[in-house]
Amino acid sequence: MQGINITITVLIASIVCGYLTAFIAGFCRLSNNIILRKLTGLYVEVFRGTSLIVQLFWLYYALPILFGFDLGSDFWAGVLAISLNYGAYMSEIVRGSILSVAKGQTEAATALNMSSFQRMRLVIFPQAVRMMLPEFGNYLIQMLKATSLVSLIGMTDILYYGDILRSSNLSQAPTVYLLVLIFYFILALPLIFLTRKMEGISKKGVASG
Amino acid sequence: MGEPIVRYENVHKSFGAVEVLKGINLDLKQAEKVAVIGPSGSGKTTIIRMLMTLEEPTSGEIIVDGKNLWHMEKNGQLVPANEKHLRQVRGDIGMVFQHFNLFPHMTILENCMTAPIHVQKEDKKSAKERSIEMLEKVGLGDKLGNYPSQLSGGQKQRVAMARALVMRPKIMLFDEVTSALDPELVEEVLEVIRDIAHEGRMAMVLVTHEMEFARDIADRVLFLDGGVIAEQGSPEEVFGNSENKRLESFLRRFRR
Repeated sequence: MQGINITITVLIASIVCGYLTAFIAGFCRLSNNIILRKLTGLYVEVFRGTSLIVQLFWLYYALPILFGFDLGSDFWAGVLAISLNYGAYMSEIVRGSILSVAKGQTEAATALNMSSFQRMRLVIFPQAVRMMLPEFGNYLIQMLKATSLVSLIGMTDILYYGDILRSSNLSQAPTVYLLVLIFYFILALPLIFLTRKMEGISKKGVASG
Repeated sequence: MGEPIVRYENVHKSFGAVEVLKGINLDLKQAEKVAVIGPSGSGKTTIIRMLMTLEEPTSGEIIVDGKNLWHMEKNGQLVPANEKHLRQVRGDIGMVFQHFNLFPHMTILENCMTAPIHVQKEDKKSAKERSIEMLEKVGLGDKLGNYPSQLSGGQKQRVAMARALVMRPKIMLFDEVTSALDPELVEEVLEVIRDIAHEGRMAMVLVTHEMEFARDIADRVLFLDGGVIAEQGSPEEVFGNSENKRLESFLRRFRR
């Protein structure tokens, strides 16, 4: 079936940009700079508090009209909407994980005379990442499902082709959508597997309390 | 013995409205072993945490090897220390914690060799050799590749000591290092501290509830009570027949 490659490229680009956004925003929210902290906080709340479809339409339809600012393609509009939305959610995971590394770890690193950057790089961050992994895996699967929204801005992904098939033959609707479901599930399988794996990794080597 | 390696000058510390330390004056001589005892909540731990820069004094000064720890000079004025200054001054201080605080994502060996490599810029090979040597010294030469979660409490605490010792500190701080251990594991940890103490080069401050042990290895014992050093002297003086009523009643609880 056509459309799979679109779904997959949108997914991969969204994953890369989404995680990048998550880490940048997560660190900004922990920054000492109050302006940076507040601004990122605003971004996170706005993107968590509004619907992904509306954000997608904003980026694709409204931005070019309002500001003459065109993202150039439906592809980047879709990827940007998904990564900004999921980046907002995941930045909270980044922030929460870093904060939940036990205070004693920072203290031990200080006692070894590490700088604050070394503490983060050598001690806190490697442990925080392990805590992020299971949640990150969950969002991976959710992102896959969110990619179906790009069919609404005219991208020819799996769902788009499913819709076309259905409209050419209405009685086939159940079969077509069953197929679409199966395709998504098959795509999700490796992600589910990856999530399990990540959970396994994260169980090892984290100080709690 | 010359200049003291650490000096506390009228150090106060409050947490919120509670004043925990009400004017600590203390000289620590080079290579001196000092045990700090006292009821819980008396601020024993806070004293050494301020020296390790984990807690900032509310007022007063701490001088380490002639250098002011929490303040630095800038345009002829004393201003609060920045991180760079703190790192310069605290480089000779090491600390062992009650709850070990080993890095759980690193092997025992990595726990020890990370700081020498990254902080002291020692080359990898010699840092590794010295770490192995140190771990052998604390009796864990066969556990190099293990993770902290695979060790007993006593073993963890010995790793923590090795980790602090590879940094070659001049001053070692021990914060109730046996309090979180099962009773049968206490001795193996005390044994290591005893060995270090007998080598004699480092100054040591031990916050402890092990009275016998304090009597054994300390040159001087401080009894902290009500936020001040209420009594101090040689172990014989403090554990012998002190006039201090509070000290008497504190010690009686340990004699049963």
